[in-house]
Amino acid sequence: MTRTRARALLLMPAGIWYGVLLLFPLAVVLVFSFGERNPIGGYAPGFTFEQYANLPARLSAFINTLTLAPAGTLAALLIAYPLAYYLALKVSARWKTTLLILVIVPFWTSILIRSYAWIYLLGGNGIPALLEAVGLGDIRLINTPFAVLVGIVYGYLPLMVFPIYVALEKLDRSLLEAAADLGTPPWRSFLQITLPLSMPGVLTGSMLVFILLTGEFLIPAILGGGKVFFVGNALVDLFLQSRNWAFGSAVAVALIVIMLIVVALYSRAVRRFGAGRDDVGLM
Amino acid sequence: MLDANAEAGIRMGASREQGTHSTQGHPSDEDCVAEFVGATKRFGAVLAADRINLRIRRGEFLSFLGPSGCGKTTALRMLAGFESPSDGTVRIDGQDVSRVPAYARPVNMVFQHYALFPHMTVAQNIGYGLRQVRPKLAKSEIAARVDAALAKVRLEAFGARRTWELSGGQQQRVALARAIINEPKLLLLDEPMAALDAKLRGEMQRELLDLQRSLGITFVLVTHDQEEALSMSDRICIMGAGRIVQVGTPQDLYDRPRNRYVADFVGKANILSGEVLSRQAGLARIALAGGAQVLVPDTAGDTRRHVDVAVRPEALRLAVAGEALGEDAMLRARITHRTFLGDHTEYLLLAEDIGPFQVNVPRQAERALGGQRVGDQVHILWTAGTGLILAAEE
Repeated sequence: MTRTRARALLLMPAGIWYGVLLLFPLAVVLVFSFGERNPIGGYAPGFTFEQYANLPARLSAFINTLTLAPAGTLAALLIAYPLAYYLALKVSARWKTTLLILVIVPFWTSILIRSYAWIYLLGGNGIPALLEAVGLGDIRLINTPFAVLVGIVYGYLPLMVFPIYVALEKLDRSLLEAAADLGTPPWRSFLQITLPLSMPGVLTGSMLVFILLTGEFLIPAILGGGKVFFVGNALVDLFLQSRNWAFGSAVAVALIVIMLIVVALYSRAVRRFGAGRDDVGLM
Repeated sequence: MLDANAEAGIRMGASREQGTHSTQGHPSDEDCVAEFVGATKRFGAVLAADRINLRIRRGEFLSFLGPSGCGKTTALRMLAGFESPSDGTVRIDGQDVSRVPAYARPVNMVFQHYALFPHMTVAQNIGYGLRQVRPKLAKSEIAARVDAALAKVRLEAFGARRTWELSGGQQQRVALARAIINEPKLLLLDEPMAALDAKLRGEMQRELLDLQRSLGITFVLVTHDQEEALSMSDRICIMGAGRIVQVGTPQDLYDRPRNRYVADFVGKANILSGEVLSRQAGLARIALAGGAQVLVPDTAGDTRRHVDVAVRPEALRLAVAGEALGEDAMLRARITHRTFLGDHTEYLLLAEDIGPFQVNVPRQAERALGGQRVGDQVHILWTAGTGLILAAEE
């Protein structure tokens, strides 16, 4: 009796959080998405699929999100894995903490300010000027998809580094010795032992970064200059500028559905790697 | 046990091995599967292995025995290729492999915690070494050899299982099967029994010996468990502070420990300091503290006056009263502890002027002794010619 009461008490904050602050707003968004736009802006009750039928109007936002979010995730993964590998397996204990703190340091400043710094770096007086000086011609970087990609990879890299780092840190070093002992040269043992056993970290990091990227709006707004916009930017525009709440809600619901599908695929992949595989390694 | 006759018998018994030594100096190159030549390993300021010289004979079961930090694991890792010597060389089959990486050495290892690959089944773990062979082996050949290895360690029904579903003993058998499947020149075993309970350990030890006999592979075991080393090995290499202290058969080490370190580490020994009064006909007359005199085989082969004498607890006897016969010594002592152990009883005593003693009394003699209890006065009988003189520690 007391145990169940204690459990209820302990779970209450989380329950209230999810119930009131997550499920309730979600329900509101879902209801709004079937409604209509009030002529003076905001929401008018109704039941229509008109908003969903109208989704192709924002197709470019979906395309940008669904190309740049995976591309950003992949780029972050390719940069983060060697870094995490180095931190977990190669760095001496003395330097490890320092280097791990350096990975977190960017979080000490707002992403807004850090993204503005990239405006200067990618803008006319930054990297393009440098490239021009060494004779690589006139290259425009700011307000391009590339600028947005650089911004998101920069912003989300730590979220990719840490799960992979943890997975590699947990890796039993004697497994690598066993592989070597059984005749496996280092590069092959990386593919057969290290990589498969760090897959949980890779999947967690990728999922974390991908989910957050699909909702991103700040970095495209700053580094995309209104030319490269995500679904998040479309939502800001629909809710705050054109005040078309019903259509905005439909766009939001569509995004949520896409993410749910990705998460479902992800958990299947996790189950596959978690329960082990019949095939060995990636070779 | 340690009297002069038995000594002589043991020396004769060991003559086959002595013979190889004396006629050829070393085992011939064909008999020598691996060799340390002045192998030294430094980790920063720590000298983990200090000028190790050792020839490992083909087909033998050799154990490195010593407490943790004595260098035994470093020696094993130099054979495996996980460490390369800072100085000196390691040879396998006559070839210098000091700079050859682990994956290119014809050597396999059973790891202390088995190091089974968690993302592979039992059969995949066992077949791992075969899948590394280049050019690749046929799948059917790999499958057949994995099945044979599974049968060899009696795990036929477990091939498709996950390694973590197995018990400790089964995991160890998987590790063993994985290590022998490539038919290594040397099988290295790094404290493989440490994680098993006592009963299982005994079974595994017998299984390991059977396996070694049937495979004919040279086994090199690292252990800190002297009973394990004594019961399994053809030869034991006792290590301390990175150096080899003594190499010999289990009987050699037990009956003729070179110095205090070995006498202390292998079996139990009473170690006493004394002064040599005279040396005659292979026996030394030694005065112990308090003046009691004992006759001990003059085994150290030097002319020191102050020596350490070792005598095994089972080589001494206890008597309630009476006179010592001939040259036997008799020490007055008080019983401080008495532990009944079934086939024998262990007495801890405090000998007058000398200090603590241990005497093991067999069941038969225990009856004759009568019910002596803690606190009672008894005599320790030290038969002339029992015990030995230890060499000075280096």
